[in-house]
Amino acid sequence: MSVRVGEAARAPDFPRAAQHLLGNTQLRHNVRQATNVIRRKRASVVEELPDWQALREAGRQIKQHTLRHLDFYLEQFELACTRAGGHVHWARDADEANQIVISLIQARHAAEVIKVKTMTSDEIGLNAALEAAGITPYETDLADLIVQLGEDRPSHIVVPALHRNKLEIRQIFMEKMGLSDLGDRPEDLTNAARRYLREKFLRVSVAISGANLAVADTGSVCIVESEGNGRMCVSLPEMLITLIGIEKMIPTFQDLEVFLQLLPRSATGERMNPYNSIWTGVTPDDGPREFHVILLDNGRTSVLSQQESRDTLNCIRCGACLNACPVYRQTGGHAYGSVYAGPIGAILTPQLQSMEHSQSLPYASSLCGACYEVCPVKINIPEILIDLRGEVVERGDAPFSERAVMKAAAFALEKPGRFSAAQALARVAQVPFERDGVIRHLPGQLGGWTAVRDLTAVPKRSFRQWWRERTRGNLA
Amino acid sequence: MNTAREQILKRIRDASGSLPASRESESEGLVREYRTIRTLNLDARLDLLVDRLHDYGAMVYRCAEPGLNQAVASVIAGRAKSALLIPPDLPKTWLPEGFRFRSDRELTYSEMDASEGVLTGCALAIAVTGTIVLRHSSGEGRRTLTLIPDYHLCIVRANQVVETVPEGIREMARFKGVPLTTISGPSATSDIEMTRVQGVHGPRILDVILVE
Amino acid sequence: MLVSLFITCYNDTLFPNTGKAVVRVLERLGHAVEFREAQTCCGQMHYNTGYRREAIPLMHHFLDVFQDAEIICIPSSSCVAMIRDHYLKMAAASGDSAVQDQVEKLLPRVFEFSELLVDKFHVTDVGAFFPHTVTLHPSCHSLRSLQVGDKPVQLLRGVRGLTLIDLPEAAECCGFGGTFAIKNAEVSAAMLSEKTRCILDTGAEICTALDNSCLMHIGGALSRQLAGVRCLHLAEILASSEKGEVL
Repeated sequence: MSVRVGEAARAPDFPRAAQHLLGNTQLRHNVRQATNVIRRKRASVVEELPDWQALREAGRQIKQHTLRHLDFYLEQFELACTRAGGHVHWARDADEANQIVISLIQARHAAEVIKVKTMTSDEIGLNAALEAAGITPYETDLADLIVQLGEDRPSHIVVPALHRNKLEIRQIFMEKMGLSDLGDRPEDLTNAARRYLREKFLRVSVAISGANLAVADTGSVCIVESEGNGRMCVSLPEMLITLIGIEKMIPTFQDLEVFLQLLPRSATGERMNPYNSIWTGVTPDDGPREFHVILLDNGRTSVLSQQESRDTLNCIRCGACLNACPVYRQTGGHAYGSVYAGPIGAILTPQLQSMEHSQSLPYASSLCGACYEVCPVKINIPEILIDLRGEVVERGDAPFSERAVMKAAAFALEKPGRFSAAQALARVAQVPFERDGVIRHLPGQLGGWTAVRDLTAVPKRSFRQWWRERTRGNLA
Repeated sequence: MNTAREQILKRIRDASGSLPASRESESEGLVREYRTIRTLNLDARLDLLVDRLHDYGAMVYRCAEPGLNQAVASVIAGRAKSALLIPPDLPKTWLPEGFRFRSDRELTYSEMDASEGVLTGCALAIAVTGTIVLRHSSGEGRRTLTLIPDYHLCIVRANQVVETVPEGIREMARFKGVPLTTISGPSATSDIEMTRVQGVHGPRILDVILVE
Repeated sequence: MLVSLFITCYNDTLFPNTGKAVVRVLERLGHAVEFREAQTCCGQMHYNTGYRREAIPLMHHFLDVFQDAEIICIPSSSCVAMIRDHYLKMAAASGDSAVQDQVEKLLPRVFEFSELLVDKFHVTDVGAFFPHTVTLHPSCHSLRSLQVGDKPVQLLRGVRGLTLIDLPEAAECCGFGGTFAIKNAEVSAAMLSEKTRCILDTGAEICTALDNSCLMHIGGALSRQLAGVRCLHLAEILASSEKGEVL
């Protein structure tokens, strides 16, 4: 089985990617503005709900319960969806999922597909696979359209084109849509997208979507969106293919009452997003005549088997953790080298891919806990990050110099005598670097500190030395 | 036969390590302390719905039952329109004289695209979130009918308005298997510099008549 | 009461004045303070960086040193968070029920310094005098793990002569994050520049916090910039006397 998470296996490690992006002032400015806006909106609509914490707890419990009995709920979904005229396929990994999609499209002799935003398709590299098979995919979410036409990569789960400003977008649209003139107000750009995409919606016969939620007892699928392109894609074409990660399952239709409150408020800071589409199988005279669901594993069952970090799969892809994260705020999403960025990306990507790749991601955090605070399904991201760091170290993948230093430090800290000796050693070792109680430059890796900060020199007397002398009566 | 389905299910069973027998009792034991019942009376509920719809930039007109016909007429005239599409099951008593209403009997997408707009009722409305729920196909017609035209006039009756999302979902669960669309304001995007722009796809203008 | 001080490895080495301040404040309030010289480190740096195995002997040592202490006072919220959030898990992972027992008995007796004063001793005025403008950086562990709430603010308001100025975007992480400051030095610096900007915007002379880890990081940047603002642990402010002296 070959699990793939976009291009994560080939991405540069986080510190290097971040260093490069930190120099992009436009990006940093955009990200800061955008996250400020969404944070404020989210805080406002969350404050309105006196039962927000109860909803979070219910969300967590429902997700954990579903994952504990995922086999049952997947089979229940399959039965109900099939009874309603849908077809359910199972894909173990990215290649298998892509193959199924391509076969279904080729069976119709179609050469074009319209797509609704789905990170799952980015995860498996669907677009590249389609193009290699001679099928042209058209992204229809405005941001994904911007990213696709700009031949770029998404930088945020919910607002993928966050890193682009309107002038850049105008440039991209004029070039790729063949427009000789175009205003630069957001309204002008949106109108251009509307016209460009409407032509496709009314003509293309196959659509591909993801799903925000899949309901086991009724076999229903729910898409949560703002723009209306989702509605277009799931109701206009003749065939609809929906990719669903197996963790998207919820047990009952009634459970939507929890997630349709948690998701819009967390993702876009709205009481409810403009459009939700809920459908079951096929409906005569309304929408696609053929409906296919592909249930995707692609590493999820590995995450499921890790009790410590299984909660990672609670994720409903709201993006609130990205908006809350002080690290993401500085770097934007590309630094994570994965379709899944930010705090959730830092724990999901290495777990899906297995730890050979994306090892730097668990360290892309100061463990501040802001993500855990806002997560609508209470994923304890800092805890899982520490767990994954433990795995990196235990596999022997930590840098040699770091391991040596940490082992030496652990040795020194185990016994008070050794500790005092180490403190004395530090006082001696700092002599070449210390002046007036301050160290301004350190060599090697520690130079990262002194590049931008002074370092307090080790005082002549430690606390324990002071205490000892005090006890001996040398001090009042 | 070791198909993908079998392999995935096996991996799940090996991974989860939980007992199938515990599923139902676990499910019943899940802690649900969030609000599920209403606290507002009818008037407050209706006012809240109107308030939320206004927040989204939808126009809301209120009328009493006998005045519905007239209200429909004045709203359509106010938008300088003369002809709207309607779903086949729309009550004919809602339709005022002086306008053309074309029922959706196998309209093409082009015909929908060329129309001046669509008039429907709704299945229910949720006050807290300002949400209108459409039930397809009987009721509000097929999905494309309220999607392709650029203008949507929606009739909401007072007794269709619930307060909370859980109440709304309970109502929606009764419509077994039919497609449902929830609408909370006109379509919008904030993808361009976080500036909210309304009207991407879907009807750019939504008018609501609330009938009491 | 007899308060047993866990100074923490980095305070002991780099910020002994914070320890002296804690002793002074507690003695001023009439409590006796002991310092068990066998103490070393809670294991946080190792545990958080992924060196879980190396952290275990450090935990055992901590448990042994403090097992019969009545009250343990720790002037570092990140170390308290380490003990509260992770010791049980570490003990469970070791499978040793005696150790789990030790941890469970220990936890109710562990207090961060501001928690000790406000929650245990019900004191917010410790007789301090500190005529300076001060802003408070609420460290992430104190804010989100310990949820100290407004305890530090209550204590600062009890200081005569002190003017407290609210810090904008206070809840934003300063970027220290332990080994994060080394392993992701550039991002840490970027986060730090936002934090120092907010601190300088207050016009305060002093930035205080419950953790010298954050203050070392913030203070290092302020010192490098010659910004005219310095950092001081909350304990050292509370220890200041009528003469306005700091240790």
